[in-house]
Amino acid sequence: MPSNCFKYLLVAGFSFFSLFFSNNSFCQENGAHKEEKKGFDAKEVIFGHVLNNHDFHIIDIVGNNGEKRPVSIPLPVILYSKQRGLDAFMSSDFHHGEQNYHNYMMLTSEKIGELKLDPTKYNAQDIVAVNDNGEIDTSVRIYDISLTRNVVQMLIALALFTWVMLVIAKKYKNGYGVTSAPKGSQSLLEPVITFVRDEVAKPNLGNSFEKYLPFLLTIFFFILINNIFGLIPGSANVTGNIAFTAVLGIISFVVILYSSDKHYWGHIFNPPGVPLGVKFILVPVEFISVFIKPFALIIRLFANMVAGHIIIICLISLIFIFGNMNKYAGWGTAPFSIAFTIFIYLIEVLVAFLQAFIFTMLTAVFIGQAIEGKEHQHHEDHEDSMLA
Amino acid sequence: MDLMTIMLSTPLGNAGGAVGAGLAAVGAGIGIGQIGKGAVEAIARQPEVANDIRANMILTAALVEGAALFAIIVGFLAMVL
Repeated sequence: MPSNCFKYLLVAGFSFFSLFFSNNSFCQENGAHKEEKKGFDAKEVIFGHVLNNHDFHIIDIVGNNGEKRPVSIPLPVILYSKQRGLDAFMSSDFHHGEQNYHNYMMLTSEKIGELKLDPTKYNAQDIVAVNDNGEIDTSVRIYDISLTRNVVQMLIALALFTWVMLVIAKKYKNGYGVTSAPKGSQSLLEPVITFVRDEVAKPNLGNSFEKYLPFLLTIFFFILINNIFGLIPGSANVTGNIAFTAVLGIISFVVILYSSDKHYWGHIFNPPGVPLGVKFILVPVEFISVFIKPFALIIRLFANMVAGHIIIICLISLIFIFGNMNKYAGWGTAPFSIAFTIFIYLIEVLVAFLQAFIFTMLTAVFIGQAIEGKEHQHHEDHEDSMLA
Repeated sequence: MDLMTIMLSTPLGNAGGAVGAGLAAVGAGIGIGQIGKGAVEAIARQPEVANDIRANMILTAALVEGAALFAIIVGFLAMVL
């Protein structure tokens, strides 16, 4: 057919055309330096906001001679190593990485460049042990258990959340809202809790939902309050931290495993109603999916949160990147960038609620899959709204 | 320098990461678009179950987006590592 011939001709022509583009690769010796960006380093700003720090950085004050003095709230640094024992001090003793303190040194991105350290092993804000000459002592392995920015913000969020919940619980205990309509702050929380109970817990967990309801509510509100706190400008990125979400995922995994029974494992290793040939493929896939499902929970929450934060920071950084090139380009970018940022920020508020809900819902679904053995009895209609 | 060393140098790593993340966005767009299409058509057929359909749509969209975000994380790793 003529149109088919023409399509093949187009494909061939395009492939031939693309052969003319080549990649210019330049020889570089290892440790070639990136050019010093004076003015605005977008990468440093983005990673400084998204990663964990040992202080709450507030602002950089530009002094008279153009040098930047950072203003920040210092946080406790707690280090443990086998050789040196437990050490605790404030991070202001490092003076933003300029001084070593008691044979510990905080790495900054300039120091990593100066000392020619391997950037994949050492990151900014890492603390390394140094000997008296100031050289890095690689034999001392430090366990950094300090109260970093993420930890402090998580604790503040937890304290606030626990206080709010206790106040509202006391109101219920005193009898308001039990036989009458809920008042005030009760009407803020009661729809949310009944939503989690009726839409997430009851459909997925059946009759034993009360056992798991505290756990599901805790996960939901914990992720929600930390997401919301992460949206405050200048705050730490708690839920966008893979360690945080990994712990939540592992806890969910442990709960799922704890509530599974032999029907569940029987269905994994011996799925009913499946021909033998398909079983050879299905059983390994089912077994791996037991581990993949919590792993997906971890990655989903982490990636959503960190992607949202990076988008917002990048949009704002666009102003400064353009401003570096030309002052008026910077001012011109500002309205569009701020409009986009507000739009994405509102979406991030939605994503904060949504990701908390999704984590809770999927945990409930997986627990429901694990406990449904007795009620199941070999008919396949538990697949209606649960996809995993 | 052989082709492998050239391919694995950093500029191509960055470009590979960026292209991968872009393809992941295309995948997410197509997937969530199909979910939205199915959901809207279902609501048009039976408006009284709109709430149930909306809940399922959001759940499925989050799962598809999770898969796309896997790819974005890998793209990120290609850039950083």
